[in-house]
Amino acid sequence: MAGAAPWDFREARRRLETKPKSSGEKLSSVEDAALRVRDGDTVAAGGCLFSRTPMALVREILRQRRRRLTLVRNLMCTEGELMMVAGAVEKVVTAWMSIGLPWGVSKIMREHVESGRVPLEEWSHLALGLRFHAAAMGVPFLPTLTMLGSDLMGVGGTQTLRCPYTGETLALVPALFPDVALLHVHRADRFGNCQIDGYPHMDADIARAASTVLVTAEEIIPEAEVRRHPDRTAIPGFMVDAVAHAPFGSFPHECYGLYEADFDHFGEYVAAIDASGSRAVGDYLDRFVYGPATHAEYLERFGRERLARQAGRARELVG
Amino acid sequence: MTAPRYTPAELLAVMGSRQLRDDTTVFAGVGVPLLAAVLAQHRHAPRLTLVIEGGIIAPRIEPGRLPISTNEMRAARHATMLPGITDTFLLAQRGFLDCGFIGGAQIDRHGNLNTSAIGRDYWKPTVRLPGSGGANDIVSLCKEVIVLTLHERRRFVETVDFVTSPGYLAGGDSRQQAGLLFGRVSRVVTTLGLFSFDPDDKRLRLDALHPGVTRDAVAAETGFEVLMAERVEATEPPAEDELSLLRAIDPERRFLA
Repeated sequence: MAGAAPWDFREARRRLETKPKSSGEKLSSVEDAALRVRDGDTVAAGGCLFSRTPMALVREILRQRRRRLTLVRNLMCTEGELMMVAGAVEKVVTAWMSIGLPWGVSKIMREHVESGRVPLEEWSHLALGLRFHAAAMGVPFLPTLTMLGSDLMGVGGTQTLRCPYTGETLALVPALFPDVALLHVHRADRFGNCQIDGYPHMDADIARAASTVLVTAEEIIPEAEVRRHPDRTAIPGFMVDAVAHAPFGSFPHECYGLYEADFDHFGEYVAAIDASGSRAVGDYLDRFVYGPATHAEYLERFGRERLARQAGRARELVG
Repeated sequence: MTAPRYTPAELLAVMGSRQLRDDTTVFAGVGVPLLAAVLAQHRHAPRLTLVIEGGIIAPRIEPGRLPISTNEMRAARHATMLPGITDTFLLAQRGFLDCGFIGGAQIDRHGNLNTSAIGRDYWKPTVRLPGSGGANDIVSLCKEVIVLTLHERRRFVETVDFVTSPGYLAGGDSRQQAGLLFGRVSRVVTTLGLFSFDPDDKRLRLDALHPGVTRDAVAAETGFEVLMAERVEATEPPAEDELSLLRAIDPERRFLA
């Protein structure tokens, strides 16, 4: 939202009121969906860490060479590193960034943040969740007991209030209305009704908080199937601007019940960074982001066998 | 010389697991805290409910298939509920979480934890660390918090550069004054001993030493003066059954090595 504060609920409401909320056709290609992201946008990505990350959309945004983005994600993983090295982000907003315990502190994150090139605005995990939730509720802030007394209060300028009922001190975390939400879900119909299996993360709040909602889905299902199980729908079609079919759309991250994250791939990626720093990420971008012309071509770089192996592991884990 | 019977991580996991009581709820971080909680479930706390940050309630963590993160299928195995991340933290804010169980960090004499940034300028740190994740929320909102950490001088500093997760802030009643009415860091379990905080000025206090550890060793690995309990106890060494259960939970030694 150029010029508007992230918690400007009146401006966010105005934008939503003037936006068409059609229940019509939303089916799009990943490429066309990503065209709705503009330089300078605040972009919130769904999922969490290496789970249900909208990687196909992230790669397409990088291929389209977007610039000056603010990336918001509760726990940030390799998607954040790729965006940093590609020069797509001018700021990240998160509660945590790296890949996971076995791979240590992200060297790419350290390099970009310590040099001051990409400021990292840190919030507690709950505070960031409440920021999306406040926005989803259409209010400018929510009161909470978390973050009080910590230095995180100063990082984002969180205000406190003396509770008018009890007299106690409360933290007021400001709403965060992103320009664009990037989400990856298990299934959607062509009208954008989205269903998620397993842990829902913060996706439903992010969809309600954002002005533009772009979705990739593992599977496009008939509308009749959505109507048979409406209780499974997490995001109604009228919120969604574009939905694209992208099987393995989160890979090499995981999608609950469908494929496990490719830990071997993370290991190779981190080993290359250990050997040659962010140049390794440049090579990775050439090979996996700029190189493949489509999402299908990207998946071919891994091969059917590897994808099938990851799918088999997921079936075991939810069995 | 005989090889030690256990690694530092094994010692931490065993000593940590003994802190957990049956019929309670625990908000556990991945790595050694989760191992310790699973060990407690297998040994003395079968009705201990695990809650995990990724939005996961009561998983049955499968031996040999330990999660790397709090947000993956291994962490959610056979869970009873997957409520979403914000709702899961709100369970702690409401008061449903008896114990927060978190891992290594830079820690100061008042139990404040830094997992964010080392250096004077937050925006241009000397060393940028991964960040709070849910640590701040766990430490702010759970009824009691137990910190598990290797005891090293570089981790135990007089004052942390940045308070990611508030212990007792400046000591005394400053934690309550900041509005943190409910939680407290009750215990720090390290590779050298068990610690708590002095009831008045809230400074780190040694309560018990692990087998073979001296007070001097604690002083040498701590960057500030540690108070001593009136009687410093000795912990029971890890028992064979504790170690064998633990090794069965992490046979690949992903977190125990």
